[in-house]
Amino acid sequence: MSSEKIIPHSEAATKFNKDVERVNWHDETLWFVRAKRDKSAHQIADWELLRETASKIKNNVLSNIHDYLVEFEANAQRNGIIVHWAADAKEHNEIVHSIMAKHDVKQMVKSKSMLTEECHLNDYLAEKGIEVIDSDLGEYIVQLRKEPPSHIVLPAIHLKKEDVSETFHEHLGTEKGNFNPQYLTESARHSLRNTFLTRKVALTGVNFAVAETGEFVVCTNEGNADMGAHLADVHIACMGFEKLVPKREHLGVFLRLLARSATGQPITTFSSHFKKPRDGQEMHIVIVDNGRSKQLGREDFRNSLKCIRCGACMNTCPVYRRSGGHSYHNAVAGPIGSILAPNLDMSKNADLPFASTLCGSCTNVCPVKIDIHDQLYKWRQVLVKDGYTPTAKTVAMKTMAKVLANPTIFNIAGKSGRFVMKNIPGMVNNKMNKWYDQREMPDVPEESFREWYKKNSRESKSKDNE
Amino acid sequence: MKIGLFIPCYVDQFYPKVGIATYELLQKLGCDVEFPMGQTCCGQPMANSGYAHLTKGCDANFIANFSGFDYIVCPSGSCVLHVKDHLHDENQEDKAAAIRNTVYELTEFITDILKIDHIDGRFPYKVGMHVSCHGQRGLKLSQMSELNAPFFSKPEQLLHNIEGLDLVALTRKDECCGFGGTFCVTEEAVSVKMGQDRIKDHESHNVDYITGGDMSCLMHLEGILKRQKSRIKTIHIAEILNSLEN
Repeated sequence: MSSEKIIPHSEAATKFNKDVERVNWHDETLWFVRAKRDKSAHQIADWELLRETASKIKNNVLSNIHDYLVEFEANAQRNGIIVHWAADAKEHNEIVHSIMAKHDVKQMVKSKSMLTEECHLNDYLAEKGIEVIDSDLGEYIVQLRKEPPSHIVLPAIHLKKEDVSETFHEHLGTEKGNFNPQYLTESARHSLRNTFLTRKVALTGVNFAVAETGEFVVCTNEGNADMGAHLADVHIACMGFEKLVPKREHLGVFLRLLARSATGQPITTFSSHFKKPRDGQEMHIVIVDNGRSKQLGREDFRNSLKCIRCGACMNTCPVYRRSGGHSYHNAVAGPIGSILAPNLDMSKNADLPFASTLCGSCTNVCPVKIDIHDQLYKWRQVLVKDGYTPTAKTVAMKTMAKVLANPTIFNIAGKSGRFVMKNIPGMVNNKMNKWYDQREMPDVPEESFREWYKKNSRESKSKDNE
Repeated sequence: MKIGLFIPCYVDQFYPKVGIATYELLQKLGCDVEFPMGQTCCGQPMANSGYAHLTKGCDANFIANFSGFDYIVCPSGSCVLHVKDHLHDENQEDKAAAIRNTVYELTEFITDILKIDHIDGRFPYKVGMHVSCHGQRGLKLSQMSELNAPFFSKPEQLLHNIEGLDLVALTRKDECCGFGGTFCVTEEAVSVKMGQDRIKDHESHNVDYITGGDMSCLMHLEGILKRQKSRIKTIHIAEILNSLEN
């Protein structure tokens, strides 16, 4: 996947917008989730206090990450968990593969882990001849279609039931044209059940890891993490190092925030705590950096590491709702993805911080109070300074800056601009002008405000009277 | 009280009537208003595009024009937010700071500084209020739908007292219109779709006018409305608040 040519966000979004019905559906579905989030959040009297508390706990974690990681490792090892450290995606994938190889297992069942998406684990294991089945229904659907997830919580939200029906017909042999969601889910469940029963290795993500106990928590709505982990001989859990919370008592804050922010549920259906392997089972945890320590060192952007992956910023983002997750060409899409992705690779992801109107809704819904829209603004400055913008834009901006800094030039430019628009509208109303594609230009007034003011202001009137 | 009238560059050039309404309204409310003639632009178009380092000229010009006023008032939440957050000048930082602390959006200046909550006016139409994101979430002119906090709205409070004005409750009360500065051309497809959807919300409530505190949002919506040959018109809130003759 990493070798694929990247289509810039605006181009992909333009394509997505060709199908108006689908865009409307995508927007309305996600808005529905956002509305559910509002309803659920507004029922909690101390919601804003909860957000503030969560943000402060994460501040503490990020400021003392080394100590908490060491504490977690020691406690996890004491519990009988084997702890691995991965500096980057490559190391992460190699560690997972080495565990598979040690047990000589060629099949794995996985429960939704965005980190493994970030590391492109599936592709890596496929090259090694290992078959991975994603057991989360949404992930399973996109996996069958050989697509990445388009949303971190609702991976197949870009698809309608008709699309799912077609996919299942092709891969699972379901009835063609049967769009009944229950029928389709049932079919997937049967297929997955067989997977769960035969896999010897299960991989899960980690929502929260508790330093003081060495345990970790996995949240799902389908129970698929439990099905995989409880039936397999080997459980591998992969986590970015920022997933830590200091104490068990802090889970109460995050579990209340997570599901409400994600889907409007009071809590995820399953919040499973894993502390030690059961008798005869092997439990591994892979703690991954992959750019996180670099982001931790970027003062303006370190807050992005507070993210608990609820997806609320995507659901509320008016741009995401109308461009679809795939247009962000990154494992994590939407506003949070747009501030995480440039850290991973500036040249690949330079377009993402610009895929926003800076409306600020993302910052307001964020359960851990990440200043997302301010970081988008700051990333723009960094990307421009580091030379990741088209030359034409830089030239235009430099010219604009000169014109706007000088009142005389500004007045001349304004006057001549208005003259052209009025008398030679074709100069402006043409295909080169992206404004004009689907919008009319403003009417040109007889005079600017300052021209009016010169004649009509109180001072000029009193001068006239003198 | 000496007020410096800050009229955004595009309002000066394309929407002088908004500048006139603001000027007249402030005078009616008893303010001593002056428009510094050398003003141009606050520099936001560059800064939001990632070129904040190119705004030094604009910043210096802004400071030269607006230093020494008791307050600076502007009929645009977006431009005010930019000045508040980003106006700096290493050679005269004290002056920049003074400006950052005294620049106000028109409706917040009326409610918070002049302490006026009732303006006489008449506007017998059905109106939808498009809340601008920078005004609302940036300057906190009204409560945001995402937060669990009591409702308030400085602009709506003023509109409620306008005779005959029927203010509708929109379905998505603070959804972004999609203008977003240079976003409106760099992400044209999404920008226009957002604008069209914003208009649909107003249409479904059968409004005659869409109003708001930011002419940039209204300019974008107006462009789409005109292309659609819609009967709905846009009007800046200053024009409604200034609807009664002296």
